[in-house]
Amino acid sequence: MPGKLKAKIVAGRHLPIMDRASDLTDAFVEVKFGNTTFKTDVYPKSLNPQWNSEWFKFEVDDEDLQDEPLQITVLDHDTYSANDAIGKVYIDIDPLLCSEAATVISGWLPIYDTIHGIRGEINVLVKVDLFNDLNRFRQSSCGVKFFCTTSIPRCYRAVMVHGFVEELVVNEDPEYQWIDRIRTPRASNEARQRLIFLMSGELQRKIGLKVLEMGGNAVVGYLQCFDLEGESGLVVRAIGTACTLEKISSTLPATATHPSNSSPSKDMKEPGFGEEAPGVPLSSGPPTPLRAQTFSSFSPSKSYSRQSSSSDTELSLTPKTGMGSGGSAGKEAGPLKALLRQQTQSALEQREYPFFPLTAFPPGFLLHVGGVVSARSVKLLDRIHNPDEPETRDAWWEEIRQEIKSHAKALGCQAVVGYSESTSICEEVCILSASGTAAILSSRFMQDGPLDTEHRLSRQPLCVFSTGSERVEGDMGSSASLGFEEVVSPGCGFCHIPYDELNIPFPAQLTYCYCCRRYKVPDVLFTTIDLPTEANVTGKGCLIQARLCRTKKKAQGEGNATVISNLLPFLEYELHTQLMNKLKLRGMNALFGLRIQISIGETMLLGLASATGVYLTALPSPGGIQIAGKTPSDITYEQHISNMQKKINDTIAKNKELYEINPPEVVEEIIGSPIPEPRQRSRLFRSQSESSDEVSELDLSHGKKDAFVLEIDDTDAVEDIHALLTDFPTPAGFYSCNTEIMPGIQNWTSAIQMFTSVRVFRLNASLTSQGLNKIFSDLCENLLKSLYFKLRSMVPCCLCHLNFTVAIPEDELIQVAVTAVAMSFDKEQLLENGKQSGEKTLIKAITENDEQLQFNLELNAETPSPNPLSSPKGLSEVGSHLSARALSVDYSSFADRCSSWIEQLKLKAHTIRRGSVKTTSSMEKASPLPEGRSRSLRSNRSYSGSSVAVVKMTPLSFIPGAKIIKYLGIINMFFIRETTSLREEGGVSGFLHTFIAEVFAMVRAHVAALGGNAVVSYSMKECVFMENPNKNQAQCLINVSGDAVIFVRESELESTSVQTQSATTHTSNGAEGT
Amino acid sequence: MSTELDVFVGNTTVLDEDVYQLWLDGHTVSNAVRIRMEAGALQECEANAEVLHSDTMDQFRTFQMCERLLQSPSKVANQLLFQIPPHRQTMLIERYYEFDSVFAREVLGKKLSKGTKKDLDDISSKTGIALKCCRRQFDNFKHVFKVVEELKGPLVENIQRHFLLSDVLARDYAAIVFFANSRFETGKRKLQYLSFQDFAFCAGQLISYWTVGAVNNVMEDLDVDLEKEFLHDLKDLKVLVNDKDMLDQHKSLVCAQLRGKIKVFSEMEASFKNLSRALVNIASKLTHTKDFRDLFIDLVEKFIEPRRSDKWTIGDLRLFLKHYSSSVHTLEAFRHQVIWDRYMGVIKSCILKMYHD
Repeated sequence: MPGKLKAKIVAGRHLPIMDRASDLTDAFVEVKFGNTTFKTDVYPKSLNPQWNSEWFKFEVDDEDLQDEPLQITVLDHDTYSANDAIGKVYIDIDPLLCSEAATVISGWLPIYDTIHGIRGEINVLVKVDLFNDLNRFRQSSCGVKFFCTTSIPRCYRAVMVHGFVEELVVNEDPEYQWIDRIRTPRASNEARQRLIFLMSGELQRKIGLKVLEMGGNAVVGYLQCFDLEGESGLVVRAIGTACTLEKISSTLPATATHPSNSSPSKDMKEPGFGEEAPGVPLSSGPPTPLRAQTFSSFSPSKSYSRQSSSSDTELSLTPKTGMGSGGSAGKEAGPLKALLRQQTQSALEQREYPFFPLTAFPPGFLLHVGGVVSARSVKLLDRIHNPDEPETRDAWWEEIRQEIKSHAKALGCQAVVGYSESTSICEEVCILSASGTAAILSSRFMQDGPLDTEHRLSRQPLCVFSTGSERVEGDMGSSASLGFEEVVSPGCGFCHIPYDELNIPFPAQLTYCYCCRRYKVPDVLFTTIDLPTEANVTGKGCLIQARLCRTKKKAQGEGNATVISNLLPFLEYELHTQLMNKLKLRGMNALFGLRIQISIGETMLLGLASATGVYLTALPSPGGIQIAGKTPSDITYEQHISNMQKKINDTIAKNKELYEINPPEVVEEIIGSPIPEPRQRSRLFRSQSESSDEVSELDLSHGKKDAFVLEIDDTDAVEDIHALLTDFPTPAGFYSCNTEIMPGIQNWTSAIQMFTSVRVFRLNASLTSQGLNKIFSDLCENLLKSLYFKLRSMVPCCLCHLNFTVAIPEDELIQVAVTAVAMSFDKEQLLENGKQSGEKTLIKAITENDEQLQFNLELNAETPSPNPLSSPKGLSEVGSHLSARALSVDYSSFADRCSSWIEQLKLKAHTIRRGSVKTTSSMEKASPLPEGRSRSLRSNRSYSGSSVAVVKMTPLSFIPGAKIIKYLGIINMFFIRETTSLREEGGVSGFLHTFIAEVFAMVRAHVAALGGNAVVSYSMKECVFMENPNKNQAQCLINVSGDAVIFVRESELESTSVQTQSATTHTSNGAEGT
Repeated sequence: MSTELDVFVGNTTVLDEDVYQLWLDGHTVSNAVRIRMEAGALQECEANAEVLHSDTMDQFRTFQMCERLLQSPSKVANQLLFQIPPHRQTMLIERYYEFDSVFAREVLGKKLSKGTKKDLDDISSKTGIALKCCRRQFDNFKHVFKVVEELKGPLVENIQRHFLLSDVLARDYAAIVFFANSRFETGKRKLQYLSFQDFAFCAGQLISYWTVGAVNNVMEDLDVDLEKEFLHDLKDLKVLVNDKDMLDQHKSLVCAQLRGKIKVFSEMEASFKNLSRALVNIASKLTHTKDFRDLFIDLVEKFIEPRRSDKWTIGDLRLFLKHYSSSVHTLEAFRHQVIWDRYMGVIKSCILKMYHD
């Protein structure tokens, strides 16, 4: 009996009128946990009852505490007939079970009814007294922290990363169980809601147990999904990364954690740069020796990478008893050893997967990235006979994970990061998909390297020059690494190929890294992770989507499964081609956050691939797109082709300008080698283990055919070209990405707007695949356009974490749901920096300038000597600053350019100083905020009427301009809403609009009750909408999750440390929403 | 292909003030889209008609969902469904309760009942305000009336507290409630030239000086009821015209003050008895409900129209009224100075407000 749950019902408000005669309600409350129920007194004739009940106490096992929700039911007392239910509140007790999370749940929570929606609010108090239980055989896992955030949470550091945890539980779906019997919709919905609450509680407890077994204390990147398999039942499954986290003590001086403050690693680099730069030994020789030189001098690390792949083989050869062999893997295989040790400590097979659902890592964790690995499998659903032993579902996922692992191995990688799993179900056919990014991870964090997550913030380069700084940084990084052989430069290291060059698993064009020139890099890089913050990126990124719709014949059972699995490879191939073409069209060379979703319907398959394209400085510049005709006889035809070609070339040029991609092209021209061939080949890797019902893919692309010659006679190509050119550019002032952050934008303001948009389209019957494609593509484009228009008041802004979900709820219906956050940023970067840290920036800026000048002087000194590499490099630097178009190695004008560059720098330095002077003056007014904002804050305060705390929501793991000081626990909510008066509720749109607003409201209320003021890593994982307009009915299921947190504005943190008097002007939930 | 469902929900409710106004004005979605297009909405953000339509639909739906809350504004601040920053909440409420004075003028003094509601089509076609918009305004009047009817204390403050309106708007509502409560005659043809603002001003004067709440702060009932005692006392003013001596004395005092100062001096001198009688008679009749309702029509018929036909300027009228009321103070025999001042203060400002074409 290790826990006592206490609940007190305080009051209700805004209750609905239940008694038409008196226009009032006689409300009372039932509080239920497990099988125990308590009741309050009836509070007669009031819509705002004050129960002020005693403390209801439940003495329960902690196992139950984890599984069960606290159920609060508000009823209307009726003397003569049955009491009418007003609505329910489910409270997840889990956040109270962890000492570091919330301690009490207290506040107004919406009373929810599955038929009527929110019906008033109830004020409750919930507490838990936990007794220590040291029983070794316990089934509970209280105290294990769960985070949806797919990176190390902000106020923690990872002492140890243990590895992959997964679990699934199955049950019969009450909806289907009861289908033949008489049931009220309310009873069925509530049974389902309760069941899913129970199942996710159980799942979380089981995962927690696994974590405890592994010696961890937290799960990061916890991803829980529901599979509504219909008649065959309900599956709830989850994956996550087990870690040992340690809270960073909050006594750290505020200045040390400030983002615009220079980070230690950067400080380390700066002197390194100063020392190494004059040497730049790589540049002294002619092109060919240069290559040889780099090759030889870095053989140690080459051997390192070979070893890693070999040890990886060991890993797979000895999956269950790998402990001993892991130990013998040699010195350089440190990371693997650690990994192996972690993974092999337990005998359970699931632990062997070196998978990490994380998408962002502490600097230095991610060493190399191989590419995207994915596996799909088509299964026929059967009835789950024994829910306690969900062997088939486990086996299915096991197969897929094994395949992913082998793909990663083929890429020479020992781990898979950014790993996720998903399903798509139509009738009895189910596609299971898993994807991730093959990678090599650093040993440091697997053992005991403490990772200070604050680095993530602080490492963002202070962007003094819009395009130049990254380049400079990259150079600094590479030169710094010369000193430390083991350290791979952070800016480009992750791009270096992890696989053996002589044994490439797929045809790829390798070149030397454009940053450090010592390691090989691929021509294109696809990943499922977020862009590492330390990555060297040229220009800005953008959302890239490939959309595809394919018709298929109606079929049943096995036949259907075969049809689908036959279609899948083509679908993936085409998605990949589209992605590649669109990437080239934007002049970019890498994709991050790649998410391919395939949805099945009865007569069609939908494929949607979303990713954020960027130009990685380390990778070669992408070649253009060539159009060729097969029948060159006709002149008009030729003309048509050249017109198209011109259009494409224009678009590429325009995009480069739009995304500020101006890589230093001169470098290659001077060196002569390694220049990528103008027409690049891309890679194809098809798994050999392809079976009839299973399609796997590593990195699909055109095989022997030249990828970027589109033959116009080819109908597919016409379609491709069409698709290429119909993507609308984002309107001015907007950027978009599906990752956490946008490269090149740092100065976020505090204005954020999270939103969900859902659209359902009805297709006309008898459309061709091509027609469908266009419709689907237009649908997504129009949706994006609508979003831009809706959010136009936030310009300049970036839509981050644009997460599209497609579904085919019915034949001829396509549903697209988007959840994202719009974040405003300041155009005046320098001003913003100044704003944030006053004089510190001033000092910083001066030192920065000194550096730049120093570099400049060195360049000047080098000018006379014929240094073929460094000088053009410098020149390109100059070029990008002066935006000079034609760059040539004209030595006579070089000195001039350099001097003009100095001018430029001085100018910039001047603006920096001016910027900071401005802020100092504004700080004198005892307000570190820009005037406009502080004014609006003050004016907000004057409206004292609001009693509802503002709760921010974001799909990102952070809140711009704020510091998360506490994680209060995971929010995981499941709601069903049904109506039998669809027209009266404003049709399907009105119904869903209300429901989504209600879900938001409930999430906010629960977060506020936990004492939080924001939800981070919010996601809507499920939105199943069904309608029957003829019967005037509709039903919708929504599942949302996120992390409840407390944040404080950075301005406040600063004001407490710098200027105490200004601290009083802000509160943590200052309402400056838009 | 058709869009079956299209929703956008922001964590902070997205509200477009221009679209809100279109919704309040009772436009249909397609109408609103057309107006927005004409206003150049397509130039923003490279939008097209489809985007605009979707946005307008969505906004209209949002407002419709908010409407239930707006009907009891105190709920807006502590509801959980929509996260709206306080200044936007104020905007939503204020705009929702704003009304067209042309419409208010039509409804003024009418019983806020179902019967009147049926006449809204006529008012709509007469004023050119969309029927939907008329209904909202009418319902707002009715709603405010119903709520404050049962409340004690100062009217304007009650309205402000319950509906969270600005001072100006609360005062206008007070006027509407006052007129609806007192049922003043405002519909006669002769009164047509008076605007809502004229009446609102007069109502403000009456509320401030003649009602129960104006003199003592004992809040017992709706303070829009005029003080009975005061109305009764007004009968005593008759002495001013009935007592020949007093009338002559009064006349000579006024004439002495105004000689050479007003253009219509001779007419004034000739008709002083009539002038005075008109004003005093109105006062003495106010105890009867019927006559009380005719206050404005009496003022116009018995006093304003004759002066207008005599071509009195507003300046002349102001001077006359000033001295007409102040010279009573020097009449030693007159013992109702307080009542007189309370009466004339209001009547004077009402007349001056109403004296225009």
